[in-house]
Amino acid sequence: MSRAVSTRRKAITTAAAWTIGLAIFFPILWTIITSFKTEAEAIASPPSLFNFHWTLENYFAVQERSNYFRHFWNSVVISLGSTLLGLAIAIPAAWSMAFVPTKRTKDVLMWMLSTKMLPPVGVLIPIYLMFRDTGLLDTRIGLVVVLTLINLPIIVWMLFTYFKEIPGEILEASRMDGATLRSEILYVLTPMAVPGIASTLLLNVILAWNEAFWTLNLTAAKAAPLTAFIASYSSPEGLFYAKLSAASTMAIAPILILGWFSQKQLVRGLTFGAVK
Amino acid sequence: MATQHSRSAARLMISPAVLLLLGWMIVPLAMTLYFSFQRYNLLMPGQGGFVGFENYRYFLSDPAFFSALTNTLLLVGGVLFITVVGGVFLAMLMDQPFWGQGIVRVLVIAPFFVMPTVSALVWKNMFMNPVSGLFAFLAKGLGLEPFDFLAQAPLMSIILIVSWQWLPFATLILLTAFQSLDSEQLEAAEMDGASPVSRFLFIMLPHLSRAITVVILIQTIFLLSIFAEILVTTNGGPGTASTNLTYLVYAQSLLQFDVGGGSAGGVIAIILANIVAIFLMRMIGKNLET
Repeated sequence: MSRAVSTRRKAITTAAAWTIGLAIFFPILWTIITSFKTEAEAIASPPSLFNFHWTLENYFAVQERSNYFRHFWNSVVISLGSTLLGLAIAIPAAWSMAFVPTKRTKDVLMWMLSTKMLPPVGVLIPIYLMFRDTGLLDTRIGLVVVLTLINLPIIVWMLFTYFKEIPGEILEASRMDGATLRSEILYVLTPMAVPGIASTLLLNVILAWNEAFWTLNLTAAKAAPLTAFIASYSSPEGLFYAKLSAASTMAIAPILILGWFSQKQLVRGLTFGAVK
Repeated sequence: MATQHSRSAARLMISPAVLLLLGWMIVPLAMTLYFSFQRYNLLMPGQGGFVGFENYRYFLSDPAFFSALTNTLLLVGGVLFITVVGGVFLAMLMDQPFWGQGIVRVLVIAPFFVMPTVSALVWKNMFMNPVSGLFAFLAKGLGLEPFDFLAQAPLMSIILIVSWQWLPFATLILLTAFQSLDSEQLEAAEMDGASPVSRFLFIMLPHLSRAITVVILIQTIFLLSIFAEILVTTNGGPGTASTNLTYLVYAQSLLQFDVGGGSAGGVIAIILANIVAIFLMRMIGKNLET
């Protein structure tokens, strides 16, 4: 039962929560606003929050100077590619662990998780050298492979927790009714598994999109996704605030939107079911 | 139940994932371990050979290692302190009824979705820049001398940036934990005359302890590997003032081309991370049984 809360108390909480929420969000808001300013207005003192001449010129400038959309497309290919490949490998694994558990299932799951605990820097050198020798440096396919392996444990785990919630009796019932394995998978299992697969996909696209260790170390100009492209603004271009803001806004906007949809799955996906 | 046939099918389905991860783990690890005992510098080809623990001795006696270790601990500890304390406070606030909960929730979570290079650059240039940053403007407005954050307090500034990124994560998980708190228990305590402080200390905090442990462990795993934020803000400097272990290994191997020394550093980083990982795994494993 919820307690009756006085309006006054609710008003105070509202004011406090909104103040803190806006303060935390402010750097993002400020970046978005600055992206619509001219360079002169972006460093003007005093800075203005809304009262300036709004312009889209930075977005065009960023595209013209550095072919922004190639990097954007690299990000799309790498994050989506690694997630789909990961799902293709993980779905059968998670499915069999959830529905045909053996004595070793728990050990396998824990072991998979332990590979995620390996600090990337511990294997940076061998991976770098292997990529150099096989010509995979600065290629999208190379990054897709690395990010698939990086996120595979999380994908298996998330899928496992979702599949675990599908009642096994339904499968048995459909088998009793004479369903073949094919129709069992197609008409019984898939509809129940799709929401879990969708949220796994969402969270892993976000993680892969923002991954900034391997993308920075294994790419140069050609295959660089947005994480690495934005890093090239570190100096001295970063002092062009309006252009930095425009490039940043475009880089984070798709993920902020996906993030809104995935906030419920976030806790589950990132704590491996340890917090419910 | 499961027949022999479905057992072997299950094994077949699981093997690609297992084999891939096994290869991913064992091959590079073995190579790192092997390189760490070799003299191997990319600038000096042909001068290889087994050198025993020479690389470890070199890496561990390098003054940069000690400062990197200290910086790593300060970075992890500082961010954990800020995000856990801030997260408990924020989650408690957001668990109260107020108008616009959904919107505030979205605002608070947003920084988590910003890619590390963007948040580091935005903070570095638009906020912490001593000439045209927003903080410098505010300082001048208050009649203070603008503070050059990344030159004068580089590690502190990075801690601030990383905390901003991870506060949403801590808040979200702690909020989930708060929502499973039995409100009748709190009401009963209130009726029995328990003060807000003792209600917090004796009911809320014990209930949260598990979630707090999970936050600490998971964040530690990620925070030990902070890299992009350092690369785009300070490059580990000035000197080694903001170099952590991850960045030191990167600099040693990919900037100075000392594969042997860098590998020894990588092995040390793995050992450190494993100490944390053991505790985390134990917690998650316990939960799997229930």
